[in-house]
Amino acid sequence: MTTHFLVHDNTDTVGVVAVENVQPGQDLSGWVMETDETISVKAMDAIPLGHKIALADIKEGDTLIKYGHDIGRSIANIGKGHHVHVHNAKTKRW
Amino acid sequence: MAAQSFWAYRRENGRAGVRNHVIILPLDDLSNAACEAVANNIKGTLALPHAYGRLQFGEDLELFFRTLIGIGSNPNVAACVVIGIEPGWTNRIVEGVAKTGKPVAGFSIEGNGDISTIAAASRRAQEFVQWASELRREECSINDLFVSVKCGESDTTSGLASNPAVGNLIDKLDPLGVTTCFGETSEITGAEQICKERAATPEVGEKFMRTWNAYNDVIEQFKTDDLSESQPTKGNIAGGLTTIEEKAFGNLQKIGKRTKYIDVLEPAEAPSKGGGLYFMDTSSAAAECVTLQAAAGFVVHLFPTGQGNVIGNPIEPVIKLTGNPKTARTMGEHIDLDVSGILRREMTLDVAGDALIDITIRTCNGRLTAAESLGHREFVMTKLYRSA
Repeated sequence: MTTHFLVHDNTDTVGVVAVENVQPGQDLSGWVMETDETISVKAMDAIPLGHKIALADIKEGDTLIKYGHDIGRSIANIGKGHHVHVHNAKTKRW
Repeated sequence: MAAQSFWAYRRENGRAGVRNHVIILPLDDLSNAACEAVANNIKGTLALPHAYGRLQFGEDLELFFRTLIGIGSNPNVAACVVIGIEPGWTNRIVEGVAKTGKPVAGFSIEGNGDISTIAAASRRAQEFVQWASELRREECSINDLFVSVKCGESDTTSGLASNPAVGNLIDKLDPLGVTTCFGETSEITGAEQICKERAATPEVGEKFMRTWNAYNDVIEQFKTDDLSESQPTKGNIAGGLTTIEEKAFGNLQKIGKRTKYIDVLEPAEAPSKGGGLYFMDTSSAAAECVTLQAAAGFVVHLFPTGQGNVIGNPIEPVIKLTGNPKTARTMGEHIDLDVSGILRREMTLDVAGDALIDITIRTCNGRLTAAESLGHREFVMTKLYRSA
Protein backbone atom coordinates (compact mmCIF):
# COMPACT_ATOMS: atom_id res chain seq x y z
CA MET A 1 0.00 0.00 0.00
CA THR A 2 1.27 3.48 -0.83
CA THR A 3 2.53 5.62 2.05
CA HIS A 4 1.40 9.13 1.09
CA PHE A 5 2.88 10.99 4.04
CA LEU A 6 5.38 10.43 6.85
CA VAL A 7 5.30 11.61 10.45
CA HIS A 8 8.46 11.76 12.55
CA ASP A 9 6.96 11.51 16.04
CA ASN A 10 3.54 10.53 17.41
CA THR A 11 3.20 13.96 19.08
CA ASP A 12 3.65 15.81 15.75
CA THR A 13 0.81 18.03 14.52
CA VAL A 14 2.08 18.00 10.91
CA GLY A 15 3.12 15.25 8.50
CA VAL A 16 5.21 15.41 5.31
CA VAL A 17 3.74 14.42 1.95
CA ALA A 18 6.10 11.86 0.40
CA VAL A 19 4.48 11.39 -3.01
CA GLU A 20 3.83 13.70 -5.96
CA ASN A 21 0.39 15.03 -7.02
CA VAL A 22 -1.67 14.84 -3.80
CA GLN A 23 -5.11 16.29 -4.64
CA PRO A 24 -7.92 17.75 -2.47
CA GLY A 25 -10.33 15.06 -1.33
CA GLN A 26 -7.74 12.30 -1.60
CA ASP A 27 -7.64 9.80 1.26
CA LEU A 28 -4.02 9.58 2.43
CA SER A 29 -2.25 6.89 4.38
CA GLY A 30 0.58 7.99 6.71
CA TRP A 31 3.41 6.23 8.54
CA VAL A 32 4.40 7.40 12.02
CA MET A 33 8.09 6.51 12.04
CA GLU A 34 8.68 6.65 15.80
CA THR A 35 5.87 4.22 16.68
CA ASP A 36 5.53 2.42 13.30
CA GLU A 37 1.78 3.17 13.28
CA THR A 38 -0.34 3.80 10.20
CA ILE A 39 -2.79 6.73 10.25
CA SER A 40 -5.14 8.25 7.66
CA VAL A 41 -6.05 11.83 6.80
CA LYS A 42 -8.14 13.25 3.94
CA ALA A 43 -6.23 15.93 2.00
CA MET A 44 -8.14 19.23 1.80
CA ASP A 45 -5.64 21.00 -0.51
CA ALA A 46 -3.28 20.03 -3.33
CA ILE A 47 -0.05 19.48 -1.42
CA PRO A 48 3.31 19.16 -3.23
CA LEU A 49 5.89 16.48 -2.45
CA GLY A 50 7.80 17.42 0.71
CA HIS A 51 5.18 19.91 1.96
CA LYS A 52 3.34 19.56 5.23
CA ILE A 53 -0.22 18.47 5.99
CA ALA A 54 -2.07 19.31 9.22
CA LEU A 55 -2.83 16.14 11.18
CA ALA A 56 -5.44 17.86 13.38
CA ASP A 57 -7.25 21.22 13.50
CA ILE A 58 -4.68 23.87 14.40
CA LYS A 59 -5.73 27.25 15.85
CA GLU A 60 -4.06 30.56 15.06
CA GLY A 61 -1.10 31.03 17.42
CA ASP A 62 -0.69 27.32 18.15
CA THR A 63 2.81 25.89 18.33
CA LEU A 64 3.53 23.52 15.45
CA ILE A 65 5.11 20.23 16.47
CA LYS A 66 7.40 18.18 14.20
CA TYR A 67 10.20 15.79 15.27
CA GLY A 68 8.36 16.00 18.62
CA HIS A 69 9.59 19.60 18.95
CA ASP A 70 8.48 23.22 18.48
CA ILE A 71 9.13 24.26 14.86
CA GLY A 72 7.22 27.58 14.91
CA ARG A 73 3.65 28.92 15.19
CA SER A 74 0.55 29.06 13.03
CA ILE A 75 -0.56 32.53 11.89
CA ALA A 76 -4.05 31.37 10.83
CA ASN A 77 -6.53 28.66 11.73
CA ILE A 78 -5.52 25.54 9.79
CA GLY A 79 -8.05 22.71 9.38
CA LYS A 80 -7.04 19.07 9.48
CA GLY A 81 -5.84 17.92 6.03
CA HIS A 82 -4.82 21.40 4.87
CA HIS A 83 -1.44 22.52 3.54
CA VAL A 84 0.84 24.02 6.24
CA HIS A 85 3.51 26.36 4.93
CA VAL A 86 4.73 29.98 4.83
CA HIS A 87 1.19 31.29 4.14
CA ASN A 88 -0.08 30.07 7.51
CA ALA A 89 3.02 29.32 9.63
CA LYS A 90 6.02 31.29 10.83
CA THR A 91 9.24 31.03 12.82
CA LYS A 92 9.35 32.10 16.49
CA ARG A 93 12.97 33.17 16.03
CA TRP A 94 14.65 36.12 14.34
CA MET B 1 28.81 -3.78 7.96
CA ALA B 2 31.46 -1.09 8.02
CA ALA B 3 34.66 -1.51 6.04
CA GLN B 4 37.75 -1.64 8.23
CA SER B 5 40.18 -0.06 5.77
CA PHE B 6 40.56 2.13 2.70
CA TRP B 7 43.32 2.85 0.17
CA ALA B 8 45.02 6.20 0.48
CA TYR B 9 48.24 8.18 0.10
CA ARG B 10 50.22 8.15 3.36
CA ARG B 11 51.62 11.68 3.77
CA GLU B 12 54.87 12.74 5.43
CA ASN B 13 53.03 13.64 8.67
CA GLY B 14 51.24 10.27 8.84
CA ARG B 15 47.83 11.50 7.64
CA ALA B 16 45.94 9.61 4.91
CA GLY B 17 44.94 11.47 1.73
CA VAL B 18 42.31 10.13 -0.65
CA ARG B 19 43.33 12.40 -3.54
CA ASN B 20 46.76 13.34 -4.85
CA HIS B 21 46.45 16.98 -5.91
CA VAL B 22 49.33 19.33 -6.70
CA ILE B 23 47.78 22.72 -6.03
CA ILE B 24 48.79 26.20 -7.20
CA LEU B 25 47.59 28.38 -4.34
CA PRO B 26 47.29 32.16 -4.66
CA LEU B 27 48.05 34.19 -1.54
CA ASP B 28 45.74 36.92 -2.80
CA ASP B 29 43.31 37.95 -5.54
CA LEU B 30 46.15 39.62 -7.48
CA SER B 31 47.95 36.30 -7.91
CA ASN B 32 45.02 34.35 -9.36
CA ALA B 33 46.07 35.03 -12.97
CA ALA B 34 49.62 33.73 -12.41
CA CYS B 35 48.32 30.63 -10.61
CA GLU B 36 45.88 29.87 -13.41
CA ALA B 37 48.69 30.31 -15.96
CA VAL B 38 50.89 27.82 -14.07
CA ALA B 39 48.03 25.32 -13.87
CA ASN B 40 47.50 25.77 -17.61
CA ASN B 41 51.21 25.17 -18.30
CA ILE B 42 51.57 22.10 -16.10
CA LYS B 43 48.89 19.46 -16.63
CA GLY B 44 47.68 17.64 -13.58
CA THR B 45 47.99 20.67 -11.30
CA LEU B 46 45.08 22.63 -9.93
CA ALA B 47 44.83 26.41 -9.33
CA LEU B 48 42.60 27.58 -6.48
CA PRO B 49 41.66 31.18 -7.30
CA HIS B 50 39.87 33.16 -4.59
CA ALA B 51 38.82 36.73 -3.81
CA TYR B 52 40.78 37.66 -0.68
CA GLY B 53 44.16 38.16 0.97
CA ARG B 54 44.61 41.92 0.95
CA LEU B 55 44.40 44.31 3.93
CA GLN B 56 42.62 41.83 6.17
CA PHE B 57 43.36 42.22 9.88
CA GLY B 58 42.76 40.78 13.32
CA GLU B 59 40.67 37.64 13.73
CA ASP B 60 39.67 37.77 10.05
CA LEU B 61 43.33 37.70 9.00
CA GLU B 62 44.05 34.79 11.35
CA LEU B 63 41.17 32.86 9.79
CA PHE B 64 42.49 33.71 6.33
CA PHE B 65 45.93 32.25 7.09
CA ARG B 66 44.46 29.24 8.92
CA THR B 67 42.30 28.51 5.88
CA LEU B 68 45.02 28.80 3.23
CA ILE B 69 47.64 26.95 5.29
CA GLY B 70 45.02 24.32 6.10
CA ILE B 71 44.13 23.81 2.44
CA GLY B 72 47.81 23.41 1.54
CA SER B 73 48.30 21.05 4.48
CA ASN B 74 45.26 18.85 3.70
CA PRO B 75 46.36 15.22 3.12
CA ASN B 76 44.56 15.23 -0.25
CA VAL B 77 47.28 17.66 -1.40
CA ALA B 78 50.59 15.99 -2.36
CA ALA B 79 52.51 19.20 -2.99
CA CYS B 80 51.81 22.90 -3.11
CA VAL B 81 53.04 25.95 -5.04
CA VAL B 82 52.15 29.31 -3.48
CA ILE B 83 52.19 32.56 -5.47
CA GLY B 84 51.64 35.96 -3.83
CA ILE B 85 52.06 39.59 -4.75
CA GLU B 86 54.87 40.02 -2.18
CA PRO B 87 57.15 37.54 -0.39
CA GLY B 88 56.27 38.16 3.28
CA TRP B 89 52.78 36.76 3.54
CA THR B 90 53.59 34.28 0.72
CA ASN B 91 56.31 32.76 2.90
CA ARG B 92 53.96 32.65 5.88
CA ILE B 93 51.77 30.26 3.87
CA VAL B 94 54.80 28.28 2.66
CA GLU B 95 56.17 27.88 6.19
CA GLY B 96 52.79 26.83 7.52
CA VAL B 97 52.32 24.14 4.87
CA ALA B 98 55.97 23.00 5.21
CA LYS B 99 55.24 21.86 8.78
CA THR B 100 53.47 18.84 7.27
CA GLY B 101 56.75 17.82 5.59
CA LYS B 102 55.24 17.90 2.10
CA PRO B 103 56.95 19.64 -0.85
CA VAL B 104 55.97 23.33 -0.99
CA ALA B 105 57.50 26.35 -2.73
CA GLY B 106 56.61 30.05 -2.80
CA PHE B 107 56.99 32.68 -5.53
CA SER B 108 56.22 36.40 -5.46
CA ILE B 109 55.36 38.78 -8.23
CA GLU B 110 56.60 42.27 -7.19
CA GLY B 111 60.00 42.98 -8.80
CA ASN B 112 59.60 39.98 -11.11
CA GLY B 113 56.36 40.47 -12.99
CA ASP B 114 53.83 37.79 -13.87
CA ILE B 115 55.78 36.20 -16.75
CA SER B 116 59.02 35.43 -14.87
CA THR B 117 57.04 34.33 -11.83
CA ILE B 118 54.91 32.00 -13.92
CA ALA B 119 58.02 30.53 -15.57
CA ALA B 120 59.78 29.81 -12.26
CA ALA B 121 56.64 28.49 -10.56
CA SER B 122 55.83 26.31 -13.57
CA ARG B 123 59.23 24.60 -13.43
CA ARG B 124 58.73 23.76 -9.77
CA ALA B 125 55.12 22.68 -10.34
CA GLN B 126 56.33 20.30 -13.05
CA GLU B 127 58.83 18.69 -10.64
CA PHE B 128 56.10 18.35 -8.01
CA VAL B 129 53.49 16.80 -10.32
CA GLN B 130 55.92 14.28 -11.81
CA TRP B 131 57.04 13.31 -8.30
CA ALA B 132 53.44 13.03 -7.08
CA SER B 133 52.45 10.89 -10.05
CA GLU B 134 54.69 8.09 -8.75
CA LEU B 135 53.17 8.02 -5.25
CA ARG B 136 51.06 4.90 -4.60
CA ARG B 137 48.04 4.27 -2.41
CA GLU B 138 48.44 1.95 0.55
CA GLU B 139 45.91 0.26 2.79
CA CYS B 140 45.01 2.52 5.73
CA SER B 141 43.00 1.69 8.82
CA ILE B 142 39.48 3.13 8.96
CA ASN B 143 40.49 5.23 11.97
CA ASP B 144 42.79 7.23 9.66
CA LEU B 145 39.68 8.59 7.93
CA PHE B 146 38.44 12.19 8.41
CA VAL B 147 34.85 12.73 7.20
CA SER B 148 33.00 16.07 7.18
CA VAL B 149 29.25 16.50 6.73
CA LYS B 150 27.05 19.41 5.72
CA CYS B 151 23.70 19.46 3.91
CA GLY B 152 22.39 21.94 1.35
CA GLU B 153 19.23 23.03 -0.46
CA SER B 154 17.53 20.87 2.12
CA ASP B 155 13.87 20.07 2.06
CA THR B 156 11.70 17.94 4.29
CA THR B 157 13.05 14.76 2.66
CA SER B 158 16.49 15.73 4.03
CA GLY B 159 15.21 15.36 7.60
CA LEU B 160 13.34 12.16 6.73
CA ALA B 161 15.93 10.27 4.69
CA SER B 162 19.28 11.69 3.51
CA ASN B 163 20.34 13.38 6.78
CA PRO B 164 19.39 10.36 8.95
CA ALA B 165 21.37 8.16 6.49
CA VAL B 166 24.45 10.30 7.24
CA GLY B 167 23.61 10.03 10.95
CA ASN B 168 23.44 6.25 10.64
CA LEU B 169 26.93 6.27 9.07
CA ILE B 170 28.29 8.44 11.89
CA ASP B 171 26.76 6.17 14.55
CA LYS B 172 28.47 3.19 12.85
CA LEU B 173 31.87 4.81 12.17
CA ASP B 174 32.25 6.70 15.47
CA PRO B 175 32.98 3.54 17.53
CA LEU B 176 35.69 2.64 14.96
CA GLY B 177 37.64 5.84 15.74
CA VAL B 178 36.82 7.79 12.57
CA THR B 179 37.11 11.58 12.90
CA THR B 180 33.94 13.38 11.79
CA CYS B 181 32.76 16.98 11.73
CA PHE B 182 29.49 18.87 11.45
CA GLY B 183 28.95 22.65 11.49
CA GLU B 184 26.36 25.19 10.28
CA THR B 185 26.07 27.20 13.50
CA SER B 186 23.17 29.41 12.37
CA GLU B 187 21.25 26.43 11.05
CA ILE B 188 20.97 24.83 14.46
CA THR B 189 18.73 27.71 15.56
CA GLY B 190 15.62 26.25 17.16
CA ALA B 191 17.40 22.99 18.04
CA GLU B 192 20.32 24.55 19.92
CA GLN B 193 19.30 23.10 23.30
CA ILE B 194 19.03 19.61 21.78
CA CYS B 195 22.44 20.11 20.17
CA LYS B 196 23.93 21.28 23.46
CA GLU B 197 22.73 18.04 25.08
CA ARG B 198 24.58 16.02 22.45
CA ALA B 199 27.97 17.23 23.72
CA ALA B 200 30.18 14.59 25.34
CA THR B 201 30.65 16.74 28.47
CA PRO B 202 28.82 19.75 29.99
CA GLU B 203 31.93 21.89 29.30
CA VAL B 204 31.80 21.09 25.58
CA GLY B 205 28.06 21.79 25.61
CA GLU B 206 28.68 25.22 27.17
CA LYS B 207 31.37 25.91 24.56
CA PHE B 208 28.82 25.08 21.86
CA MET B 209 26.26 27.47 23.41
CA ARG B 210 28.79 30.32 23.55
CA THR B 211 29.57 29.73 19.86
CA TRP B 212 25.91 29.55 18.89
CA ASN B 213 25.02 32.67 20.92
CA ALA B 214 27.84 34.67 19.32
CA TYR B 215 26.64 33.73 15.82
CA ASN B 216 23.02 34.48 16.72
CA ASP B 217 24.08 37.92 18.03
CA VAL B 218 25.55 38.72 14.60
CA ILE B 219 22.29 37.71 12.90
CA GLU B 220 20.25 39.79 15.37
CA GLN B 221 22.57 42.77 14.73
CA PHE B 222 22.33 42.72 10.93
CA LYS B 223 18.90 41.24 10.17
CA THR B 224 16.27 43.38 8.44
CA ASP B 225 13.46 40.81 8.53
CA ASP B 226 12.86 37.23 9.75
CA LEU B 227 15.47 35.97 7.23
CA SER B 228 12.84 34.04 5.28
CA GLU B 229 14.27 33.22 1.80
CA SER B 230 17.81 33.49 3.22
CA GLN B 231 17.45 31.01 6.08
CA PRO B 232 15.42 28.97 5.13
CA THR B 233 16.46 29.61 1.51
CA LYS B 234 14.04 30.08 -1.34
CA GLY B 235 14.90 26.50 -2.39
CA ASN B 236 14.25 25.16 1.11
CA ILE B 237 10.81 26.82 1.06
CA ALA B 238 10.03 25.41 -2.41
CA GLY B 239 10.87 22.01 -0.93
CA GLY B 240 8.40 22.42 1.93
CA LEU B 241 10.56 23.72 4.79
CA THR B 242 8.76 26.59 6.51
CA THR B 243 10.89 27.77 9.46
CA ILE B 244 14.49 27.77 10.66
CA GLU B 245 13.44 25.59 13.61
CA GLU B 246 12.09 22.91 11.27
CA LYS B 247 15.26 23.11 9.18
CA ALA B 248 17.43 22.83 12.30
CA PHE B 249 15.83 19.63 13.56
CA GLY B 250 16.26 18.12 10.09
CA ASN B 251 19.87 19.30 9.99
CA LEU B 252 20.72 17.67 13.32
CA GLN B 253 19.64 14.25 12.01
CA LYS B 254 23.10 14.17 10.40
CA ILE B 255 24.83 13.44 13.71
CA GLY B 256 22.87 10.27 14.29
CA LYS B 257 21.03 9.07 17.35
CA ARG B 258 23.89 8.16 19.71
CA THR B 259 27.13 9.92 18.80
CA LYS B 260 28.31 12.75 21.06
CA TYR B 261 30.59 15.55 19.87
CA ILE B 262 33.85 15.78 21.79
CA ASP B 263 34.94 19.35 20.99
CA VAL B 264 33.92 22.63 19.39
CA LEU B 265 36.31 23.93 16.72
CA GLU B 266 36.96 27.45 15.48
CA PRO B 267 36.37 27.86 11.72
CA ALA B 268 39.09 25.90 9.83
CA GLU B 269 40.64 24.65 13.10
CA ALA B 270 42.11 21.14 12.86
CA PRO B 271 40.73 18.64 15.39
CA SER B 272 43.22 17.77 18.12
CA LYS B 273 41.43 15.37 20.49
CA GLY B 274 41.69 12.20 18.42
CA GLY B 275 38.95 10.27 16.69
CA GLY B 276 35.34 11.26 17.29
CA LEU B 277 32.71 13.78 16.27
CA TYR B 278 33.53 17.52 16.30
CA PHE B 279 31.32 20.59 15.90
CA MET B 280 32.87 23.43 13.88
CA ASP B 281 31.63 27.03 13.97
CA THR B 282 30.75 27.69 10.31
CA SER B 283 28.37 29.55 8.08
CA SER B 284 25.56 27.42 6.68
CA ALA B 285 26.41 28.40 3.09
CA ALA B 286 27.60 25.20 1.43
CA ALA B 287 30.87 26.26 -0.19
CA GLU B 288 31.98 28.33 2.82
CA CYS B 289 31.35 25.45 5.21
CA VAL B 290 32.99 22.72 3.08
CA THR B 291 36.01 24.95 2.41
CA LEU B 292 36.48 25.46 6.18
CA GLN B 293 36.18 21.71 6.80
CA ALA B 294 38.69 20.96 4.01
CA ALA B 295 41.05 23.51 5.60
CA ALA B 296 40.72 21.65 8.93
CA GLY B 297 42.03 18.49 7.25
CA PHE B 298 38.86 16.53 6.42
CA VAL B 299 39.43 14.39 3.32
CA VAL B 300 35.95 13.30 2.22
CA HIS B 301 32.63 15.09 2.55
CA LEU B 302 29.05 13.79 2.77
CA PHE B 303 26.48 16.22 1.40
CA PRO B 304 22.79 15.35 1.66
CA THR B 305 20.58 17.51 -0.54
CA GLY B 306 16.83 17.78 -0.98
CA GLN B 307 16.19 20.17 -3.86
CA GLY B 308 19.58 19.56 -5.51
CA ASN B 309 22.54 21.70 -4.42
CA VAL B 310 25.32 20.93 -6.95
CA ILE B 311 28.38 21.91 -4.86
CA GLY B 312 31.85 20.37 -5.07
CA ASN B 313 35.21 21.29 -3.60
CA PRO B 314 38.58 21.39 -5.40
CA ILE B 315 40.48 19.17 -2.94
CA GLU B 316 37.88 17.38 -0.79
CA PRO B 317 35.58 15.05 -2.76
CA VAL B 318 31.91 15.84 -2.03
CA ILE B 319 29.57 12.81 -2.07
CA LYS B 320 25.95 13.76 -2.66
CA LEU B 321 22.92 11.84 -1.54
CA THR B 322 19.24 12.65 -1.77
CA GLY B 323 16.03 11.32 -0.32
CA ASN B 324 13.92 13.31 -2.77
CA PRO B 325 12.70 11.02 -5.57
CA LYS B 326 12.08 13.98 -7.90
CA THR B 327 15.65 15.29 -7.42
CA ALA B 328 17.04 11.78 -7.96
CA ARG B 329 15.06 11.57 -11.20
CA THR B 330 15.65 15.07 -12.59
CA MET B 331 19.23 15.70 -11.37
CA GLY B 332 20.69 12.19 -11.39
CA GLU B 333 24.08 13.31 -12.71
CA HIS B 334 24.70 15.17 -9.41
CA ILE B 335 23.68 12.35 -7.07
CA ASP B 336 26.10 9.65 -5.85
CA LEU B 337 23.55 7.82 -3.70
CA ASP B 338 19.76 7.76 -3.97
CA VAL B 339 18.07 6.99 -0.64
CA SER B 340 14.55 7.99 -1.73
CA GLY B 341 13.52 4.36 -1.11
CA ILE B 342 13.31 5.36 2.57
CA LEU B 343 10.25 7.51 1.74
CA ARG B 344 8.58 4.58 -0.03
CA ARG B 345 9.46 2.26 2.89
CA GLU B 346 11.49 0.16 0.44
CA MET B 347 14.81 0.96 2.16
CA THR B 348 15.57 0.99 5.88
CA LEU B 349 17.85 3.58 7.46
CA ASP B 350 20.26 0.79 8.34
CA VAL B 351 20.53 -0.27 4.68
CA ALA B 352 20.92 3.37 3.59
CA GLY B 353 23.71 3.90 6.14
CA ASP B 354 25.55 0.81 4.91
CA ALA B 355 25.18 1.94 1.28
CA LEU B 356 26.60 5.33 2.26
CA ILE B 357 29.58 3.71 3.98
CA ASP B 358 30.16 1.66 0.82
CA ILE B 359 30.13 4.67 -1.54
CA THR B 360 32.28 6.65 0.91
CA ILE B 361 34.98 3.95 0.99
CA ARG B 362 34.82 3.53 -2.80
CA THR B 363 35.21 7.31 -3.18
CA CYS B 364 38.17 7.30 -0.81
CA ASN B 365 39.70 4.47 -2.83
CA GLY B 366 39.60 6.65 -5.93
CA ARG B 367 36.10 6.64 -7.42
CA LEU B 368 35.29 10.11 -8.76
CA THR B 369 32.23 11.75 -7.24
CA ALA B 370 29.47 13.19 -9.39
CA ALA B 371 30.70 16.69 -8.47
CA GLU B 372 34.31 15.86 -9.41
CA SER B 373 33.27 14.42 -12.76
CA LEU B 374 31.22 17.56 -13.47
CA GLY B 375 34.12 19.85 -12.53
CA HIS B 376 32.58 21.44 -9.42
CA ARG B 377 35.40 23.15 -7.50
CA GLU B 378 33.69 25.74 -5.32
CA PHE B 379 36.43 27.25 -3.14
CA VAL B 380 35.01 30.01 -0.95
CA MET B 381 36.81 31.47 2.02
CA THR B 382 34.88 32.85 4.97
CA LYS B 383 35.43 36.55 5.58
CA LEU B 384 34.41 37.83 9.01
CA TYR B 385 34.24 41.58 8.28
CA ARG B 386 35.46 44.36 5.97
CA SER B 387 39.16 44.80 5.23
CA ALA B 388 41.12 47.72 6.61
